[in-house]
Order: sequence, then C-alpha cells, then structure tokens
Amino acid sequence: MSTEDTILHRPAAPDYEGKQEYNIIVYAENRIGLLNRIAIIFSKRKINIESLNTSPSEIEGIHRFNILITESYEVVRKLSRQIEKQVEVLKAYFVTNDEVIWQELALYKVSTEEITEKVTVERLLRQYGASAVVIRKDYTVFAVTGHKEETDALVKALEPYDLIEFVRSARVAIIKDSAGFHEKLKEFKAVEPGEDLIENEFLEKGDKIFTM
Amino acid sequence: MIQETILAETKTAQTDKTFKGTGSQALLNGLIEEGVHTVFGYPGGAIMPIYDALYDYSDKLKHILVRHEQGGIHAAQGFARTSGDVGVVFATSGPGATNLVTGLADAQIDSTPLVCITGQVFAHLLGTDAFQETDVINITTPVTKWNYQITDAKEIQEVLAKAFYIAKSGRPGPVLIDITKNAQLQVEEFNAYVKCNHIRSYRPKPNIRVEYIAQAAEVINAAKRPFVLFGQGVILGTAEQEFKAFIEKSGIPAAWTILGEGAIPTDHPLNVGMLGMHGNYGPNVLTNECDVLIAVGMRFDDRVTGRLDKYAKQAKIIHLDIDPAEIDKNVKADVGVWGDCKETLPLLTDLVNENKHPEWLAKFRDYNQQEIDQVITAELYPTGDEMTMGEVLRNINEICGGDAIIVTDVGQHQMVACRYAKFNNTRSNVTSGGLGTMGFGLPAAIGAKYGAPDKTVIAIIGDGGFQMTPQELGTIMQFGAEVKILILNNRFLGMVRQWQQLFHDKRYSFVNITSPDFVALAKAYYIEAQMVNERANLRTALETMINHEGSYLLEVMVGRENNVFPMVPQGCSVSEIRLK
Repeated sequence: MSTEDTILHRPAAPDYEGKQEYNIIVYAENRIGLLNRIAIIFSKRKINIESLNTSPSEIEGIHRFNILITESYEVVRKLSRQIEKQVEVLKAYFVTNDEVIWQELALYKVSTEEITEKVTVERLLRQYGASAVVIRKDYTVFAVTGHKEETDALVKALEPYDLIEFVRSARVAIIKDSAGFHEKLKEFKAVEPGEDLIENEFLEKGDKIFTM
Repeated sequence: MIQETILAETKTAQTDKTFKGTGSQALLNGLIEEGVHTVFGYPGGAIMPIYDALYDYSDKLKHILVRHEQGGIHAAQGFARTSGDVGVVFATSGPGATNLVTGLADAQIDSTPLVCITGQVFAHLLGTDAFQETDVINITTPVTKWNYQITDAKEIQEVLAKAFYIAKSGRPGPVLIDITKNAQLQVEEFNAYVKCNHIRSYRPKPNIRVEYIAQAAEVINAAKRPFVLFGQGVILGTAEQEFKAFIEKSGIPAAWTILGEGAIPTDHPLNVGMLGMHGNYGPNVLTNECDVLIAVGMRFDDRVTGRLDKYAKQAKIIHLDIDPAEIDKNVKADVGVWGDCKETLPLLTDLVNENKHPEWLAKFRDYNQQEIDQVITAELYPTGDEMTMGEVLRNINEICGGDAIIVTDVGQHQMVACRYAKFNNTRSNVTSGGLGTMGFGLPAAIGAKYGAPDKTVIAIIGDGGFQMTPQELGTIMQFGAEVKILILNNRFLGMVRQWQQLFHDKRYSFVNITSPDFVALAKAYYIEAQMVNERANLRTALETMINHEGSYLLEVMVGRENNVFPMVPQGCSVSEIRLK
C-alpha cells in the first residue's frame, strides 16, 4: 500500500479510471433467492451482467459466483460493497482480467459429413485445439476451452461449413495470487462471535487484488 | 440442505423448554422469547393458523388490529423508532403482503428494525397461482435486509431467531418471513427457543482499525474550522452520550440530518441546526467553508448534500459509519472510520485535543441571526392574519417544553416541524426521512405511542398526507392509543405547490386538494376534535388537545401559499441556499 495515500482502506487506483472488464468473485451461502438478491444490485443501477457463473467453491457448503461486468473501478467497488453487505455473502472481491486466469467452454455441433469431406475443417479444428465430444453419423460435437475471442473466432471459421449449433459457457476465473482466498475464508468459517478478525488484509496487497 | 445450513449457523445455548405444538405456537413462543409484547397486524386466509394460536396468547402478546397492512407496518416503524426495539407485523398472503411493501421500503432506507411475518399458501400450491398467492419473497427482496420463506415448521425457530438478530444488529433494517400455511399447522416436537447471536456470513459491525481513528484525530486536531454532521446512526447505536462527549471535548459545532434530530438536545450550545434542502442557513453555507467535515452515522443523502461536485470540496472528510458500503458512496472520505460509533467515538474522543472554536462558532451564530431576521421571526411570530405552521410549532414547544414525541408525515409541515420543534430527548422525532412516505404520520404515531406509552405523542400531518391513511382512526378508536393528531391544513399539496410556484412558473397542476370535514370524520370515529382558523383560539385549542385525556384531533387552518425557507434548490450547491 502506498504510504502517500491517506485513505487507508482504499488502495490508490490511478490506472482504474474508465470502464474495463472486471471479474467480481463472490463467496456466499448456497441459499435460494440469493442469486436474485445479487442480480438486483446490478439491475437496480441498470448495469448489465455480461457473464455469470455459480458453482461450489473449494469450501464445502459455500458457493462461488463469478460475475463479469464492464464498468469503472469506482462503480465496481461500490457494487462489491453492496454485494458484500448482503447477509448471506461472505466476501466479494473484484479483479481485472490481468489478475485472473480465466476460461470459457464452447461446444460446436457440425455436420459429420462436412467434417469428413472437407479437409479444411479438420485443419481448423486442429488449429483451435478442439476435441470431439460426440461423433454420430449426422453430426459431431467439438469442445473448445479458451477466451471469448478464441471461441468466437472458431464460430466464424466454421460458419461456411454448416455450423448447426453453438453454445458458450459463462466465464470461470481463478486468482493468480498464489495464496488465493482459501485461507481467508477458512477464518470466516472458524471465527467465533466477538473474536477479532483482521479486516481486509488483502487490501494491503493492493497491486494484486482489490476488495471493499 | 438449506435448513441444515441455518441450523449449523446458529450458535446455541440450550435450556430445557421443549414442547410439542404447531408451527404457529412455536412462532408465538419465539416472539415472546424475543421480548415482543406488541404486534401490529391484520388477519387473512393464509395466516389464520397463526391467528388461531394467537387467541390463546392474548395475555402475553398484545395484538393491535390495524385497518390496512400499510398502517400496520408504519405503526411497527413508529414503535421501533421510539422504543428502540424490533417492530413486529403480521399480514396475510397476497394483498396483505404487498400492502407491506411501502413500509418495508421506508424501513429499509431509514434503517428501522422490523420483523414482518406473512402467511403464504400451502407449500404444495406454490407456483400454481393459488388464491391470494404472490411471490412475496421476490417482491420484497430489494426492500428487505433479509427475507426467507418457511415451508417446514422445523425451520421456524431458527429462522425467527436469525430474523431478530439480523433486524436489530449492525445497521438495522426490515426482515420478512413468509410462512406457508402447512408449516403454520404442522405439529412438531420443538426444542427450547435459542436466540441467534452469530451468522457466519454476516458481520454486523466491521472491526475497528485504530490507525484510522488515530488519523482522524490528527486531522481533527489540526483543524481550524471543523464541522460535525450527525445522523440517525448516533441514535441507532445508542451513542448519544458518546457523541455529546466527543463534540463537547473538541468544541466542534454539530448539525443534524432529519433522522439525527434529537440525538443531542435542541438547546445544546454546539447544536447548530439542521442540514440540507430546508435546513438552517449557517450549517449549509459553512459546509462549504469548513476545513474538516466529520460525518457521524449519516449517509450524505442528496437532500443533505445538494450538488455533489460543489459539496465541501475544500474540506477533508472524515466519515464514521457502521456500514462500509456507505463510506465513499456519495462523498469520498479522506479518512473512513468503519465501526459502531458507540465504540469508535470514545476512542476518537480520547485522542482529540480539548478545544473551543469561538470565532468559528460565532460564524454559525451570525448566519443564524440572519436567518432569524429574514425567515424565522416571520414564521414563528407572524403579524399577518393567516396562521403559519411555524407559530403552531412554537406554541407546541412552549406547552410541551421539548418533551413530546413529534411524529410527522411528509411535506411542508414535516420540514417546518423538523426545523422548529424542540427536542430534549433522543428517539423523539419520528418521520419518514429517506423514502418520504405520505401517509406515514398517523399510523406511525399510533406505533410511537405503544413504543413510548408515557410520552405525549403529537402527530403533525398535512391535509394531503392525512387523507392517505385516515382509516387508522379506526385503530385509535378501537384500541385507544392516545395520539394527538394535529392537521395543518393549507388546502394544498403544499410542498409540490411550492415547487410549482418556484420552478414551474406557478402552474399549479393538481395540487389543489379538497378535504372532508376532519372534525366530523374524527367524531365519526368517536375521537374528540375541533378546528381553529383564528390565531386568538390557537393556544387554547393546542392546550385542550395536549391536556385531553385520550386521543384528540385538532385541525389548524394555516396560510395557503406559505413557503418553507431557507431552501437549497435542487441541483444547486448547499452554499447557494436561498432565504426567500
């Protein structure tokens, strides 16, 4: 943390003006209605969620939301605080794309006849690292994992060859910082009422991660 | 799975009061264990099992049958605001539940602790568009701090315990529990009720970091013209004494938001008045002249700040709040002090130097004198024939001496009441601040009386707002809540009219509202009433109302086109406040 910054709880953020993609990572109880409670924090402010994934986390009973939005640092910080304020949310973090490793899974259904007849298709698939998931007489399903740009490029490339169906998953992202969130969350789980908990020590690694 | 989570989260301290009974009985036992003695509600099909059980609990739980669920929830808000306890409301499914929404939104934005219990159709009918089925959980999600639907009686105790804990801890707020009819009827062996004091995902109070407090103290000690703004956080945190000690040691003038009013007495020498759109002259102008602005338990509402890009730009901002989401939300803090102000204020008081700021305080007095000369004297001691709202308030102050609870509705009378009412005690000003809910006043006053039965409760209401919830006269009639209803009738929707006059070329579009004979209306409900339209009769009429044993309605005819000043026009800076 910069010592010049008088605002102790907020890392200096000169590079975060203007809109860019942010990954909001939320750890929460697995409870009916919580998705709605989180979603309305965005819709109330007329902010579109570009990608949303919910899954179990590394901690039993705790769910992880990965939410992708394009907004400014200030807006994302306020959104994260509003999310973290929800009773059943343990923690909300937000990070830029530089700070996470992320993947999306895409599935492509193409005519098997086209595949077998046209060599260029095969070459395309090799080039994009696609793997066959199902092969039938009438169609074949390929899977590709990667970033949106990569999976989109294959859609474009396959268009002339009778792409029957295409689907892409939401983004899943994992933090680059080696410690991850796990230790922090374990503390949450173990903490007794009234026991002291160090607030936001992740903040002090301001170059790696931002939170409330 | 869900149920297990909730069970696992609640820390236990067992006693041996187990019993066999219905979900409804478990609910009512739980309410009693939580110390509830008064419930505001209205029965209906889907909550009938709870009402059936209530029949046997009438010696322990007083149920006030309101005339509309909105009245019920506003009454519970009034109760919570004067008593400091959680207000409890019962309503049935469908329309009963949707009628709570305005009150929930009001309680959410004004941080009022409530637990609302709504009935719901049988679990097997959920999603079938059954009679009086609405999706209450999703409708109320944006306006509750937490909500939960119970479909199995085994969840009732744990969920109720969580509901009370969430409603009252941290930054308080409304909680809604929706209980399907089958769960209300279900017979179970129940364990003893256990209060909740910890939820693993919920941290009501952020931990205090002493370095922020040290930094805040350093900034305050270097300040030449420090200024304190305080809000309802001081009252909600029962930190009135701690706050007073802080300003008295540091000698810093303090101004209040309308929900913070009364946290320190009106007459306190460092109380420099009201902030915001219709606040006092000095506090608004000097916001843009102070060098350090210390905000305590307030959230920089737009009605307080006016135009943000011209708000206190010259000052270093210190913001004390229990809710981390409030810090930096509207106004960026140079030092954000997270935490419960009951804990942070004493730590800060220890570190600040004893000081007096005589020249700086004199500036507030100068501005106050200008306001007295140009606005206040004419409002409190009018010389024209028409009565002013201000003179009514002055008379109330003289009669009650600042010890009454003043409940207001929304509009001009609200601003005048907040500006001029004298308060000696905390939890005496009950008003709808954030949401500005017309129709709040009458039902909230009923609840306020149950929350503070030994106090005189005066409900000051406009002719427009009164006509939004007049049905609650029926509640007063039946249960005898001793509420003094004061209607300030200017035969206009006055605040909107004022804006139309000032900003819409006096195009009075649908603000000309007619009223029934309020005296006859009150008498139809067997409530004593009278109307005054001459100054000569005002004082006696007010004394009659206040000294009357029982509820009373007094209608005072005031000037039609009086305006509330000073005023910070919307979109202007606080320093552009107008005196006329």
